[in-house]
Amino acid sequence: MSKKSSSATTKISSFVLLVIFITLALSLTALILAISAFSSNGIAAYYLLLIGFLGAALSTYVLFQTRKRIKRLSIKTPSVTTTIECRKCGFKSVRDFQRGDYIFREVDPCQKCNENMLITAIYREVEEKKKRTLF
Amino acid sequence: MAGMAALQSQIMQEPFGEFSWILTLLFYAFFFVFMFYGQKINTYIMLREVEGSLFKLKYLRDEGRKIVIETIKEIGKPQTDPTARVDRFLEYFTISPQSLDPAGIVGKLEHILDVRDTRFKDDVKLMAPATDKTQVNNLENTLEAAMALNFIYKVIRHFYLLGKKTLSLYIIMQIQMILPLVMREAEAYASALKAFADGQPIGDGAGALVAAKLTHGHPTRNIAKDCVVAAVPIEGRTAYVIKAEGPGGNVGKPGEAIKTVVEESEGEIAMIIMVDAALKLEGEAVGEVAEGVGAAIGGPGVDQFKIEESILKYRIPINAVIIKEDIGDAVSPMRKEIFDAVDKAIERIKQVILEKTKEGDRVIIAGVGNTIGIGQ
Repeated sequence: MSKKSSSATTKISSFVLLVIFITLALSLTALILAISAFSSNGIAAYYLLLIGFLGAALSTYVLFQTRKRIKRLSIKTPSVTTTIECRKCGFKSVRDFQRGDYIFREVDPCQKCNENMLITAIYREVEEKKKRTLF
Repeated sequence: MAGMAALQSQIMQEPFGEFSWILTLLFYAFFFVFMFYGQKINTYIMLREVEGSLFKLKYLRDEGRKIVIETIKEIGKPQTDPTARVDRFLEYFTISPQSLDPAGIVGKLEHILDVRDTRFKDDVKLMAPATDKTQVNNLENTLEAAMALNFIYKVIRHFYLLGKKTLSLYIIMQIQMILPLVMREAEAYASALKAFADGQPIGDGAGALVAAKLTHGHPTRNIAKDCVVAAVPIEGRTAYVIKAEGPGGNVGKPGEAIKTVVEESEGEIAMIIMVDAALKLEGEAVGEVAEGVGAAIGGPGVDQFKIEESILKYRIPINAVIIKEDIGDAVSPMRKEIFDAVDKAIERIKQVILEKTKEGDRVIIAGVGNTIGIGQ
C-alpha cells in the first residue's frame, strides 16, 4: 500500500487527458474545415460537420464522465449534533458533536441553575427525498 | 426554397446512393462481429464496470487507512510512525475452527474470538500507547472497519484480475452481479470509519441505547466481559438490564451475561426481552419497531447459542423487540429516526412486561449492539 495510491486514484490519467484533447482538437479542426468547404464541396462539408460534432460531443462526454467519477470518490462526513440538557431546570442546548462526547456524559454546569448538564442525545439528521412509489 | 430542396435531396440520396455498399458491408461486419465476438464484448463491458467500482474501492481502502493512521497519531501519541504496524494489522486473518465434527464447535469458536479480541486490543495499545480503555475500543473498531474495506477491495480485485486473465464471462459475471450490494457495504464501512474514530453512537447501538436509558441513574456492576447489569424497578417487577460497557466501542458478551444472571437467580426469571437493531427490508421505514420471539442477536452465533442453552434449561420465555435500519445506518452515526425509535421500543418493552408478567416477577432486558458513544 503506497502513500501515493490514494492520490493516484483521484487523479485523471495524463494519457486519457491527452487522447481527449487530441480528439477535441481534431474535431474542432473538422468543424473549421467544414465551414470553409461549404462553398467548394458540399458533401465533404457535411461529412466533416458530422465528424466534427460527433468527435467534440464524444470527447466532452468522456471528459465530464471522468471528472464525475473523480467527484464521486469521497467519503461523506455527516454533521452530527449533540444535545445537552439540564435535568433540574430543563435548559437545553444543541451543538456540533465534539470528540469525547457520549450519551449520559456529564458536562459543564448549567447557565441557569449551575447544576451539571448531561448529554442526552447524539444523532444526525438525514433529509430523504420522498420518492413516489406504488408500494 | 427550390435550392434548399435540391441540397437536401443531394445530402439524403447521394451518400446512400454512392456509398450504399459501404453501409451494407458495415451491416454485415457488425452482424458477424456480434455473432462471433458478442460474448467477448460483453465480457469487456462487464470488466470495465468492475474496474470502475474497483477504483472506488481502492479509494475507500486508502482513505480508511489514512483515517486510521491520522487518528492513532492524534490520540495515541506514538513514539514511532504507526504506518507499518497499521499495514500489518490490516492483513490479519482469523481461521474458524474445523466443523467436520461439529460437537463443541461453539466453545472452540468462542476461544478463537477471545484470542482475536485480546490480540487486537494488545496491538492497538502498542500502536497508541497514550489511549485509555474507551479509546482503545474505539480505535479497534476503526481498525476493523479499515480491515473490512481492505478485504473487500482485495476480493473484488482478485476476481477482476482472474476474469481479465481468463476472459471467462462467468467469473466476471458473478462478481458484476453482486457488485451493487458489495459497494453498498463498502460505503457503509467507509462512513463508519469516521464515526468509530470520533466515538459517535452508531445505528447498531440502538439496543444498547434502550438499555442505557433504562439503567441510567441506577447502580451497575460488571457481569461478564465488557458487560454491565443494573437492577431496575419497572411496573412493580425487577428488571435486570444488561448492556455492553460504554462508552467505548464494544458489544460485550451478552450471552455470557444472560447466562450468569439466570444462574444467579436459579432460573427464577419470568421472561427475557432482547432489544437489538435489525436489518430492514427495502420499503420499510428506518426506525420501525417490531416485536417477536427468539434471541435477537447477530454476530458469529456464540452468544445466541449460550442464550438458547440457558432459556432451554429453565424453560424461560424469550421475546424480542427490534429497531429496523439498513446496513448503512447500522454502522454510520445514529440517525434521528433510530434515536426516536428508542423511546418507542422502551414503551413496547413495558407493554410486554405488563401483559406477560406479574408484579414481583424478575425479568431480563438485554440491549444488544455496539455501545460506542453510549454511556450507562
